[in-house]
Amino acid sequence: MQSSYMQGQANNQSADSARESVLRTHWRRFRRSWQLYLLLLLPLLWLFVFQYWPMYGAQIAFRNFLPGDKISGADWVGLANFQRFFQSAMFVRLMSNTLYLSIYSLVVGFPIPIIFALSLNQLRNGYFKQSVQLVSYAPYFISTVVLVGMLLQFLNLRTGPINLALMALGQEPVHFMGTASMFPSVYVWSGVWQFTGFNTVIYLAALSTIDPALHEAAVVDGANRLQRIWHIDLRGILPTAVTLLILNMGQIVNIGFEKIYLMQNPLNTSVSEVISTYVYKVGLIGGMTNYSYASAIGLFNSLIGLAMLVAANQLAKRLTGSSLW
Amino acid sequence: MVSAEEEVSAKALAARVRRPRNRIRDTGADLVFTIVNTTLLIVVFLLVLYPLVWVVSASFSDPIAVGSGRVVLLPVDFTVKAYKTIFQYSRVWSGYMNSIFYAVVGTLVNVGMTILAAYPLSRRDLYGKNFIMGLFVFSMMFSGGLIPFFLIVNKLGMYDTRWAIIIPQALSIWNMLIAITFFRTSFPPELLEAAQLDGCNDIQYLTKIVLPLSGPIIAVLALFYAVGHWNQYFTALIFLASKDLFPLQLVLRDILIANTIDLNLLEDAKTMAAKAGMRDLLKFALIVVSSVPVLLIYPFVQKYFVKGLMIGSVKG
Repeated sequence: MQSSYMQGQANNQSADSARESVLRTHWRRFRRSWQLYLLLLLPLLWLFVFQYWPMYGAQIAFRNFLPGDKISGADWVGLANFQRFFQSAMFVRLMSNTLYLSIYSLVVGFPIPIIFALSLNQLRNGYFKQSVQLVSYAPYFISTVVLVGMLLQFLNLRTGPINLALMALGQEPVHFMGTASMFPSVYVWSGVWQFTGFNTVIYLAALSTIDPALHEAAVVDGANRLQRIWHIDLRGILPTAVTLLILNMGQIVNIGFEKIYLMQNPLNTSVSEVISTYVYKVGLIGGMTNYSYASAIGLFNSLIGLAMLVAANQLAKRLTGSSLW
Repeated sequence: MVSAEEEVSAKALAARVRRPRNRIRDTGADLVFTIVNTTLLIVVFLLVLYPLVWVVSASFSDPIAVGSGRVVLLPVDFTVKAYKTIFQYSRVWSGYMNSIFYAVVGTLVNVGMTILAAYPLSRRDLYGKNFIMGLFVFSMMFSGGLIPFFLIVNKLGMYDTRWAIIIPQALSIWNMLIAITFFRTSFPPELLEAAQLDGCNDIQYLTKIVLPLSGPIIAVLALFYAVGHWNQYFTALIFLASKDLFPLQLVLRDILIANTIDLNLLEDAKTMAAKAGMRDLLKFALIVVSSVPVLLIYPFVQKYFVKGLMIGSVKG
C-alpha cells in the first residue's frame, strides 16, 4: 500500500495517474473506515427504504396512479393533481384551518413555557419546586388517545366538572366538543396543559448555565427580581428560544395528525379538517381512495414545510445571528 | 460537560451561600413579586393536577354519582366495579399484551439501530461523515408523504403484520442526534487513539469500551422509545386491520372516542340507563389502567428524561 502510494506520487506528472492516486486516496480512507460502514449498513438501508424510497415514490403525485400499478409505470399527468387541489373548494379551507390552528398553538404555546420556566427558576430548590415540576411534566406521558378521552369526559355537557361549575354559577353549559367555534381553543389549551411542563425543561437547563456572578453584580447595583429576570434570565435563554422558535415555525404546516383526527366529529369538521387528516381520508380510507391526488396534497405540504423552515432559518440568522445551519 | 446533578448541586450550594443576603433584600417590590409568583405557581400546580385526580376519583366512584355530577374531588360511593369489568373484556387484555410486545421488541430494535447509526456518525474521522449526516438530517426536514410511505410498506408485505409496527419506525433521527452528541462529548479521540495503538479495531472499541460506558444514554433512549411505542396509535391505525394485532391505544380509541363497547358485557347492570352509566365508568377505569404503567415509572425516571433532553439541547 505504502509503496504504491509513493509510486503514484512519483508519476504525478501524468494527469491520468494523478486522478488515479486521488481515487486511491479516497479508497484508502474509505477502507480505513470499513468497520464503521459495516455498523452503518442497517441504518442506511432503513434510511433509503423508509425515507428516500417514499421521496422517489412521491412522483405518483405527477401521475395517474392506480392500485396495482408500478410507481414509475403510471401515466404522467404533470401538475394536473396539484391544479385540481388548488382549484377545489377544500384548498382554502384546509390551508386556513391548518394555519389558524398552528399559529394559534404557536402564539400561545411558545411563550407560556418560557414564562413558566422563568417563574419556576425563581423558586429555591426544595419540595415545592420539585412537586410543581413532577406534576407539570406528568401530562406529557399521557397518550393522545387518553388525552382526547379525558377531554370528552372532562368537558362533558352534563357530567364534566367545567360545565358543572358553569351551571353552579347559573350559566348555560357549553357543548365544548360539539361546537365548531370552540374547537381551536380546546385543541390549543389542552396542548398547553399537556406540554407546558415538559417544554420548560430545556429552558430550565439554559437558565442553569447562566453565570450567578451576573445576578450578584445586578443585586449590588440595586436591581430587583423583575429587572434581573428581564435583563439577565431572559437574555440568557434567548438563543435557545430563537432556535426553538425556528423549529416550530418550520413545522407550522405539519400540524400533527393524531390529536386532530381523534377530536374530529361531524359537528366540527368545518374548522378541524387540516391537510394531514384530509390526505389520510382521501388516500387511505373510504371506498374511493385516490393515491395520486392525496400524494399531491402531501407533497405540496412537505414542500411548503421545507420552504418555511429555510425561510425561518434565514430570518433568524439575519435578525439574531443564531440559526440552525 | 458538567453533569446535571453537579450543576444542580452547585446551584443549590450557591443559593445556600446567597440565602442570607436574599432574605435581607427580599423587601418591597421583591416581596410582592415572590408572593405573586408563588401564588401563580400554586394555581398552575392545581390546574395541572385537578383533571388527573378527577379522572382517578371518577373511576373509583359509583356510576350514578358520576352521572349526576357528584364527583368533584374525591371518589363518591367507593367501588372497584369498573376495574373488575374491564378485565373481563378480552380486547383490553389482548391490547395490553400487544402493546407490551410492541414496546419491548420495538424498543430493543430502536436502541440497537440508534447505536449502530449514532456511533459511526459520532466519529470525526469517518470518511464521508458530513454527506451521510446530511442524508439523515434532510429526511427530517422533508418527506415523501404518507401515501408513498404507505404504499412501500405494503409492497414489502408488512401490511397487517406486527412488522409494520416495528420496522418502519426502527429509528428516530432525532434520538440518533441525541446519541451522537452523547458519544462525541463522552469519548475523547485520545481514548480511541490509545485503544488503536493497543491493536483495537472499531468494532471492538464499540463493544468493549463505548457500550459498557453508555448506560445513561441507553437508558434515556430506551425510555423515549418505550413511551413512544406505548402511546402511539397512528402506525397501528394505518397498517393494522386484524383486531387481534391491535395495540391498547387502538382498542382505547374504539371505546373512549368512537364509543363502541359491547353493552351485553355489562351483565350486572340491569337497566339500559345503568348500562350507559357503567359504560362511562369503564372509560375512566380504562384511562387509568392504560396510563398507569407509564405514570408509575415516570417519577423514578424523570431525571433521565431531563438529562436526555439536556444532552439534546447542547447540540441545538
